[in-house]
Amino acid sequence: MTLLSGPPRVVTAGVDLLREALDAQAVPTTPVDWRPPLPGTAGALARVLADPRRRAANARAVDRLTSSRPLLVSVRRASELLDLPQPMFLHAGPPLDWERASGPMRGALIGAMLLEGYALDEEDARARLESGAVRLEPCHHHRTVGPMAGVVSPSMWMFEVRDDVHGGVAYCSLNEGLGRVLRYGAFGPEVLDRLGWMDHVLGPVLSAAVELAGPIDLRALAAQALQMGDELHNRNRAATSLLLRELAPYVVNAAPGHAAEVLRFVGGNDHFFLNPVMAAAKVSADAARDVPGSSLVVAMARNGTDFGVQVSGLGDRWFTGPAGVPDGLYLGAYGPADANPDIGDSTITETAGLGGFAMAAAPAIVRFVGGDVADAVAATRSMYEITLAEHPAYQIPALGFRGTPVGIDLTLVARTGLLPVVNTGIAGRVAGTGQVGAGLVSPPVEAFTSALRALAESALDPFDQ
Amino acid sequence: MSSAAGEAAVLVRAGVYHDSVALMRVSRALSDLPGMDVALVAMATELNLAMARDLGFTPPPAGPADLLVALRGRDVAAAERELDRLLAALSSAPGSSSYGMAGAEGPAPRTTRSAAARAGEDAGVALVSVPGEHVLPEAVDAIEAGLDVMIFSDGVPVRQEVLLKRLAAERGVLVMGPDCGTAVIAGVGLGFANVLRPGPVGVVAASGTGAQQVTSLLDLAGAGVSHVLGVGGRDLSREVGGLSAVRALRLLDEDPATELIVLVSKPPDPEAARAVQEVVESLRTPVVPALTGRDDLTEAAERALRTLGAPVPVWPSWPAPARRSPKPGAVKGLYAGGTLCAEAAAIVAARPGAEPGAFVAAGPGAEPGARHGSGSGEFVDFGDDAYTRGRPHPMIDPALRLDALARVGPDEVALLDVVLGHGADPDPAASLAPAVARCPAAAVVVALVGTEGDPQGLHRQAAAFREAGASVFVSNAQAARYARDLR
Repeated sequence: MTLLSGPPRVVTAGVDLLREALDAQAVPTTPVDWRPPLPGTAGALARVLADPRRRAANARAVDRLTSSRPLLVSVRRASELLDLPQPMFLHAGPPLDWERASGPMRGALIGAMLLEGYALDEEDARARLESGAVRLEPCHHHRTVGPMAGVVSPSMWMFEVRDDVHGGVAYCSLNEGLGRVLRYGAFGPEVLDRLGWMDHVLGPVLSAAVELAGPIDLRALAAQALQMGDELHNRNRAATSLLLRELAPYVVNAAPGHAAEVLRFVGGNDHFFLNPVMAAAKVSADAARDVPGSSLVVAMARNGTDFGVQVSGLGDRWFTGPAGVPDGLYLGAYGPADANPDIGDSTITETAGLGGFAMAAAPAIVRFVGGDVADAVAATRSMYEITLAEHPAYQIPALGFRGTPVGIDLTLVARTGLLPVVNTGIAGRVAGTGQVGAGLVSPPVEAFTSALRALAESALDPFDQ
Repeated sequence: MSSAAGEAAVLVRAGVYHDSVALMRVSRALSDLPGMDVALVAMATELNLAMARDLGFTPPPAGPADLLVALRGRDVAAAERELDRLLAALSSAPGSSSYGMAGAEGPAPRTTRSAAARAGEDAGVALVSVPGEHVLPEAVDAIEAGLDVMIFSDGVPVRQEVLLKRLAAERGVLVMGPDCGTAVIAGVGLGFANVLRPGPVGVVAASGTGAQQVTSLLDLAGAGVSHVLGVGGRDLSREVGGLSAVRALRLLDEDPATELIVLVSKPPDPEAARAVQEVVESLRTPVVPALTGRDDLTEAAERALRTLGAPVPVWPSWPAPARRSPKPGAVKGLYAGGTLCAEAAAIVAARPGAEPGAFVAAGPGAEPGARHGSGSGEFVDFGDDAYTRGRPHPMIDPALRLDALARVGPDEVALLDVVLGHGADPDPAASLAPAVARCPAAAVVVALVGTEGDPQGLHRQAAAFREAGASVFVSNAQAARYARDLR
């Protein structure tokens, strides 16, 4: 099709009168619903878009993100997998110290102190944490992700996920279930008892079962689960069942005496698959890191105080804004006043094209996003506006098996003002409370605009050649 | 809230965006409500906030992404209700964000990238008319999607223009514009475009209204036009170096429908001219240059006709006697087209006996009506960036020129262009002809650029201006000479 054979269709952006003039000439148009970019970003956008590396860099980064093939290869203790000089804990989100830590983060850290035997009681744990006796570092700095508080301590059992294509590795802890659990900041006796059972029974049994089963293709499980009504962040019921089906015979073979309790525990926790899929998303997103000039978002994470993003072209730098309070449904008598600001690394699922981005696949949980099925479909569709690709494996039946929107591009966020749709659980703000609800949260816009400005500063000038 | 003039209200709606032309229509509809004195509905740009303050309102803090509404009149509440209705109507128009589950398409695309993907194989061209500072992302999207792109906007930084044209050359597509609002491709007008009969003449234009003048005259002479490729007002500058002109010339050379190429431009930069000349010499198709400032556009059209072997007609004109004797050469040029303005200014300046260099081609940065020359004449280009920032082009919105017409002196001749075609005011005579009739000038001369095929109808418009007492010419050069020589 050459220009002079006449335009069969014209894409129009801007003054509607000019589109009407085409209508009057019976020329079909595809109008852009154009609006000005986020305030103060026009200059940075121009510099980033003019960077001669950008196009190829983004193509390469998003290709690495979507071509990764995460396999669950083992379950081992954190102390064995990670370089955790004692005493040190990992936590969710961007860097944080005790002083700025929110209630649930503090609760989870206290729980980890008690679990590891670093403190005698709550009061002792608080005092030691306050004194800085335990080093705190983000999970993301250790190829790890953790849901909610995301606290990882040396004795915890971890899923080890390897990328069969790009060779990366990522880790995530085992899921404790819902309600009063460590990751939501609870550290009471029932929490520690459960963690003790996971330490003695669940971890070793899963470890042996996975070893017998051999590598499990998490990408294939996630792709199937999307077609069974999961979005792999707030709903993991189908995926958990699929994993259980894969593992069950090996659990029985590995530990006949514990098989029933292990299978009952996993089967009774609809969120069990969240942790392996988070590690899968992490290993995929990490494959897209460090491509110079790329505006692709490779991490979104919250520590209960700040929401942070990392960008492929900007190395390990974090760009943060205040974590928002999710809007959602509350358990029992809890309400918005009980909610802690957004927390957890589980936004790695959205970063990799799952969770809120795959909302249209999960009509069963649309009430979490405060609406009906049409809202879920609209949420997913709007994310195609800010992503670089459609996932080749993760597909949505209701959208004609279209791939999920994947690969958030900073420039598209700034241009459209559309922020990533994030599904999340809601933690209670007081340490020790646990989960109070689940819903939808909006990331702070400044995390994205400050990252864009930093990328603009590092952009190459196309005239410097 | 209350005043002698009635009630007043000024409010800001955060994050509600509509383009300036759409909002101008809303403002106009609200102003027409009975008892309404002032209705300003516009994006809260610095310019519009200042305008609201000038009108006596105290706008709250707001930015360009917010909608500013300032109302004064008898029933402000009713006006606000009408405003809601009008804005809602805008939002349900095609291109808005309204959508339904039933539609397979989903929400309207928010970027050119997404629209191009939606349009798929069908799309050939993108037409970008967002404010100049926001053009780059949309144009990059179009180029990366393999679309030719017409940038209607002005105010695009020249470095960005160069970058876009280099990217386009790499990708094998053409960037038309910026700052040259016309293109006609296989009969389809993009931006400001006349309805031209098909024929053998292809036009490459670094001037929008210049191209419109040449092609309208060719159409009137019965010679048709194959394509008009507006390559941007700065394309033949030193910085841009004719990047798009060169590509457009080659495209037309390969086009079987094009037998003759007319190249319309302001006098080019010598280096750009050399680059273009080299290409011109390599073409099979003859090229007639129409360089404003060296010869006038009417002469260029005549030269093209002679090259085709077609007869040169007497250009239609309807001179009217002056109402009274003007001061010789006291011409006030009120133009919408930059090239037409420069052409007329040069002709009036060349009046026998006038001091050399008496006229400066209309420049930016001054108040409407400010003098842009010395001696006895002055020309204002209301299409210049200085007047169009945050406001529709005068070919769409006559407000500034209406105001200027009322202030022409009684011993002066008012000379104005009226440009017809797609994209332009659907009936310019409806607002301008009454202003011409009321104009205190000794005489009013209209250069009417358009064709009989245009939606406004050349002869219908000519009749309306004649009835208002103006002299009407289809040749801008002839109009300028007539105005200059009126006694």
